[in-house]
Amino acid sequence: DRKSQEMTMHLQQTFNAAILTSLHPRSQIDIFVEVLQSDGGNYCASVNAATLAVIDAGIPMKDYVCACSASYLGDSPIVDINYLEESSGSPEITVAVLPKSEQIVFLEMNGRLHEDNLSKVVDMAVKGCKDVYGVLDRTVREHVSQVGSSLET
Amino acid sequence: MAEVDLSDAEKIFIKHGVQDNCREDGRGCEDYRHIELETGLLSNTTGSARVRLANTDILAGVKAELGTPSPDKPNKGRLEFFVDCSANATPVFEGRGGEELAAEIGNILTRTYDCPSCFDLEALCIIPEEQCWILYVDVLLLECGGNLFDVASIAVKAALYNTKIPKVTVSRDEGLVELEISDDPYDVQRVEVQSAPCIVTVCKIGHSHVVDASLKEEACCLARLTMGVTERRTVTGVRKEGSGSLDPASLEDMMQTGKRVGELLNKSLMDSLLEEERQGSKKKPVGFLK
Repeated sequence: DRKSQEMTMHLQQTFNAAILTSLHPRSQIDIFVEVLQSDGGNYCASVNAATLAVIDAGIPMKDYVCACSASYLGDSPIVDINYLEESSGSPEITVAVLPKSEQIVFLEMNGRLHEDNLSKVVDMAVKGCKDVYGVLDRTVREHVSQVGSSLET
Repeated sequence: MAEVDLSDAEKIFIKHGVQDNCREDGRGCEDYRHIELETGLLSNTTGSARVRLANTDILAGVKAELGTPSPDKPNKGRLEFFVDCSANATPVFEGRGGEELAAEIGNILTRTYDCPSCFDLEALCIIPEEQCWILYVDVLLLECGGNLFDVASIAVKAALYNTKIPKVTVSRDEGLVELEISDDPYDVQRVEVQSAPCIVTVCKIGHSHVVDASLKEEACCLARLTMGVTERRTVTGVRKEGSGSLDPASLEDMMQTGKRVGELLNKSLMDSLLEEERQGSKKKPVGFLK
């Protein structure tokens, strides 16, 4: 359906920017994402999960790709909005970032947002991405040290 | 199904093993592989279950919604199955590749559950001819390791067991009918699955037959019998698949085996579900983190 196709294109664009495809010439890398349950932030969860999957597969990337959404409700920016907040009509900004260099690889906005608030909301989303990066990186390092130690014994 | 390429020598090895009641992994012909089951994983659903049998991983979710009963069965609720083969299971399922298999599994589930004595649809009726509960059962294939039909039916039965439908009070006010759905998470109606069927697939390999075939064994079998069996050994549906032919004597044998195994499978499943429910909050949820 249309929504999945659009998300497919966005994911493709995002990962094209991060994966070092030149190291795998004449090859196709398939990333299959399955949404089991949804409560808003589908794209963000897909990007974060796909990043971990690509790392687990051993495919080289420039950096982790972390995604987070943010919105502006009342008079304050909020991070990581759920389905209820998404469908309430407030604007929604989704951002995917390469955390170390703080480069934005994907940015999408839905709804109406005053330009004075734009930088606040984008900063909120980027900070969210960096927090996600913290969690993902810690998990990857734990997993690697577990595998490494079981190899030694 | 995910295909495995086997050489003739490998096929002969498996056939001879099965004839001597010793399969590739040491099981007997009527033994199932190790099954892991967990219910209540998805908070958005009315009931859910995940079953893992060796490499086969299936997730089932049940959502209860109000609707109108079908005109030819006005005092019965409805059970609608939908199966989805995820591309994560095998790249062959990408896009629309898994549709045929999904339709097959969906049809078999619909037919086996169509028996009135094994699944009571009248309990789902609220107002005859007007309102009833419709249970939408979604089955998702996460990984293919052989024996998909059996695992799908186990997941469906476990998810239906886990389903807690909110109680509805009907109030009539001069011709106007009002339905009040209870908000209390403990004021629920459970679905009766004691006599719900489980599917047992019996595969003919050489001159004998096996239950719960692995991927390699499935590649050696030419004919399969897919049967829906309840815990009272009632057979609710049978289907023969595959390009090979079965003579009536082996058909009879395979059905007897299916009934025997089906009875045990149903009993073990109910025992595990009751045990899991008994453990209640003491049990640590595993979900997808293992």
